[in-house]
Amino acid sequence: MKFIRNTFDKYKPLFDKGGKLEKFAPGFNAFDTLLFVPNHTTKQGAHIRDGVDLKRVMITVVLALIPALIFGMWNVGFQHFSQLGEAGSFVDYLIYGSIKFLPMVAVSYGVGLGIEFAFGIFRGHEINEGYLVSGMLIPLIMPIDLPLWMLGVSVAFAVLIGKEAFGGTGMNILNPALVARAFAFFSYAPSMSGDKVWVADAASIDAISGETILGSLAAGKEAGYSVLDMFLGYIPGSVGETSVLMILIGAAFLLFTGIASWRIMVSATIGGAVMGLIFNSFGVNALMDFPWWQHLLVGGFAFGVVFMATDPVSAAQTDKGKWIYGFLIGFIAIMIRVFNGAYPEGMMMAILLMNVFAPTIDHYVVEGNIKRRKNRQKNNLETA
Amino acid sequence: MSKDIRIKKGLDIKLKGIAETKVSVAPRSGIFAIQPKDFHGITPKLTVKVGAEVIVGDVLFYSKSNEQIKFTSPVSGTVTEIKRGAKRRILAVVIEAKPKDEFKNFGKKDPNSLTKEEVSASILESGCWPLINQRPYDVIANPADEAKAIFVSSFDTAPLAPNYAFTLKEQEAAFQAGIDALSKLTAGKVYLAVNESKSFFNKVQNAEIVNVTGKHPAGNVGVQISHISPINQGEKVWTVNAQDVAIIGNLFLSGEYKPNRILALAGSEVKAPQYYNVTIGQQLNSLLDGNINADNSRVISGNVLTGDKESAKNGFLGHYDNIVSVIPEGNVYRMFGWIPFIGSGSIHSASKTSFSWLFPNKEYTLNTNLNGEERALVVTGEMEKVMPIDIFPMQLLKAVIANDIEKMENLGIYEVAPEDFALIDYTSSSKIEAQAIIRGGLDLMINEVG
Repeated sequence: MKFIRNTFDKYKPLFDKGGKLEKFAPGFNAFDTLLFVPNHTTKQGAHIRDGVDLKRVMITVVLALIPALIFGMWNVGFQHFSQLGEAGSFVDYLIYGSIKFLPMVAVSYGVGLGIEFAFGIFRGHEINEGYLVSGMLIPLIMPIDLPLWMLGVSVAFAVLIGKEAFGGTGMNILNPALVARAFAFFSYAPSMSGDKVWVADAASIDAISGETILGSLAAGKEAGYSVLDMFLGYIPGSVGETSVLMILIGAAFLLFTGIASWRIMVSATIGGAVMGLIFNSFGVNALMDFPWWQHLLVGGFAFGVVFMATDPVSAAQTDKGKWIYGFLIGFIAIMIRVFNGAYPEGMMMAILLMNVFAPTIDHYVVEGNIKRRKNRQKNNLETA
Repeated sequence: MSKDIRIKKGLDIKLKGIAETKVSVAPRSGIFAIQPKDFHGITPKLTVKVGAEVIVGDVLFYSKSNEQIKFTSPVSGTVTEIKRGAKRRILAVVIEAKPKDEFKNFGKKDPNSLTKEEVSASILESGCWPLINQRPYDVIANPADEAKAIFVSSFDTAPLAPNYAFTLKEQEAAFQAGIDALSKLTAGKVYLAVNESKSFFNKVQNAEIVNVTGKHPAGNVGVQISHISPINQGEKVWTVNAQDVAIIGNLFLSGEYKPNRILALAGSEVKAPQYYNVTIGQQLNSLLDGNINADNSRVISGNVLTGDKESAKNGFLGHYDNIVSVIPEGNVYRMFGWIPFIGSGSIHSASKTSFSWLFPNKEYTLNTNLNGEERALVVTGEMEKVMPIDIFPMQLLKAVIANDIEKMENLGIYEVAPEDFALIDYTSSSKIEAQAIIRGGLDLMINEVG
C-alpha cells in the first residue's frame, strides 16, 4: 500500500498545475482516487464530512447488481444447454455464460469510460463515477447474442447524446442505460426483439427457441413456464432481468443502505399491480388474462423497478414526486405490455417516458410549497 | 400556555471530547482582538488610532452604513495594531490588555420601566447591539426596523455543543433582565425555546416558552422560527444567543458592558475538555497552550459544523462563539476508503453505507477529511432528511447557484441562514458547499432587494 501511494506521489507533480501532463490530470486523478480516498480537507463550510461520497454510492449499486449478474451468466448457459437437451454442471453453465457475457461488460466499460475520460480531459473536469453503474446495467438489459459492435455503438450513443450532451453525470434527463437499449432497439430491431434472440445461439440453431414469456403471450400462446421458474429466473430473457429472487436480494441491499428510493420501488410495484388488476377484470386476450402478480414476475418489470426507475438523476427528485413517478411507471409499463403486441416489454418505454415527465411532476410538487408560502404571506397581510 | 414542537428530521453527530461540566477561569490573555469578519456585511469605520488607551465599553469602530451600531472594547488596554488585509480591509483591531479592567459606566437601569427607544439606545451605546442578529440575511439587526418577534434558543444541539442551562446557572437574574430588555424591542413576542423542563429557563418571565425536542438542528433558531412564526417577505425577526442575552442583561443590572461567557473547550484533540470563563476577543493560545494535541489538529472557533478555522497560536475567539472545538486534521489517504462498510468503526455516515447508524450513541473521532471529492448533484432526498424547515433545499440551492432571485424568494430564501444548511454540507454525497452557496445567495438578495 505504501509502495502504491509512493508511486502515485512520485508521478503526481507531472499532472499538477504547471506540470508537463497537466491536461491529463482528470485521468490520473480518476485512478488515484479510485485507489485512495484523497487527503483533501475541508476548506469552508462544515469542518467534518460524512463518510459517503459518490464513489461509495455507485459501488453500492454495482454490488447490488452482483447477484442478478452471476445468476444471469449461469442462466445464459442453462438456457442454451437445456434447450439443446444437453445436461451440464453448474460450472459448465457459468463458464459458458461468462464467455458470452464478460466481453459485453468489457465493451460497455471500455467504450463508455473511454468517452467519459476523453470528455473529462477535454473539458478539464474530474471524471464522475456515474458510468460505473450505467456500464454494468447496459449489458444486463441487452440480449445475450447482441453483436459487440452494436453494443459499442449503443453505449457511445447513450454516453454522448444521452449524457454528455446535457452536461454529464447529474445533468441527464434520461436514464443512460435505457437510452442505450432504446437506441439498439430502434436501430437494430432484428437483434433486439422477436423470438430468436433471448437464448444464446437461438438464431443459428433451430432446436433453440429464444422466445420470452411475454413474447409467447403476445402471440396468443401459453406462458409455458411455472410460476416458480419465473420467480427464480429459469426463463429466457436479457441477462439481468430473469431472476426476481436475485433482483430482490439486490433491492434489499439497496434499501438497507438507503441508496435507492423505497418510495419509487413501492409505488411502481403498486402501479403495476393496479394496471394488472384492471386488465384482469376485462381479460380479453392472453396478455390481459395473465394474472396481475405474474406480470410483476416476468420480463423486465422487477429489474426496471429496482435498478432503472430508482436512478436518482432521471427520476423525480421530491418525495411526493417519487410516489407519483413510480406509480405511473408501473402503471404504464403494464399498459404498454398489453396493448402493444409488437413490443411486449413495456418497462423501458414506461421509464423513459416518465424520465421526461419527472421534472414536470417535481415542478407541481414544488409549486405546492411556493403556493403555501404565498398564501401565508397573503393571510399575514390581511390580518395585519 | 406552552407550545410543544417535535423536530423529526435532522441528525445528531456524537463526537468524542464533550466538555466536562466544570468551569475554570482561563488565564487572561495578553492581547485581545475584535475582528470585523465576525460581523457579516459590516464595513468598520475606526474611531481609535494605534496607541489609544481604551477601557471596557469604549468605542473601537462603528458600522459605516449605520453609525448607531458601535463596536466597543472588551478589555482595558492600549490599541497596538490595526491589522489590514488586501485593499486595506480591516482584519482586526488588536488591544494589549492591562492586568485589570476598568469599565465605562452606562448607568444601571431597570429595563421594565424604560421605553423601547431608551432600551435600544442603551444597548447601542454600550456596544451590545451587534449581539442582536436578524433574519432574513443573517446579519446584525438594524435598530430602525420593527422586529416581528425575537427568538432565543436556550439549547444547542450541534456536535459537542455547550449546555446553556449549565453555563448560565449563575446568571439567572442577568438572563431575565436581558429578556426584559429584548421584550421592549419588539411589538411581538420574545420566544424562548427550551428542551428540558428542569432548567431555570422554564421560569423566565416576559417570554413565551416553547418546548422543542428532536435531533440537531432542533436547537437552531432558524428551525424554531419556521415552526413558530415563519418569516414572510418584508418581515424581520431578530435572534440573540442565550449567553448574549445575559450580557445584555448585565448591562442593565450593572451599567457595565461585561463581555464574558462560559465557553466549552471540546473535541477529541483536547486533553481535558471542560468549560472556561472567557472574554470576547480573547486570544486562543491562553486557553489552548499545553491543553491540546497540537500536532496536526484543527482549532475551530465555534462548532465543527459552522465555526471558523483559527490558528492555535495567534487566533482569537470569535464574537459569537460559545465553543472552541479541536479535531484532528484529515490530510491522510485511505486506500479503497469508498468501499461500503469498510472502516465503519471510524467513519460516520448519515447514509447507511457505514454501520455507524446502528450505533447512534457511539462517540466518534472525526477528522477534517472531505471523504471524497466535489461532484455534480446526483443523489436526491438526502438533503431533505436533515432539513426540518418547510423548504425544498436542493431546489433552493440550485436557484441560488443560478442567481434566480424570483425563484429564491419563492422557495424561501428569507427563511434560511447558512447554519441551517450546515448538515447538508455534512451529509452531501456530492460534497457541495451548501453554507457558502446560501451565504452567497443571501448577499445577492441584500444587494438586489435590500
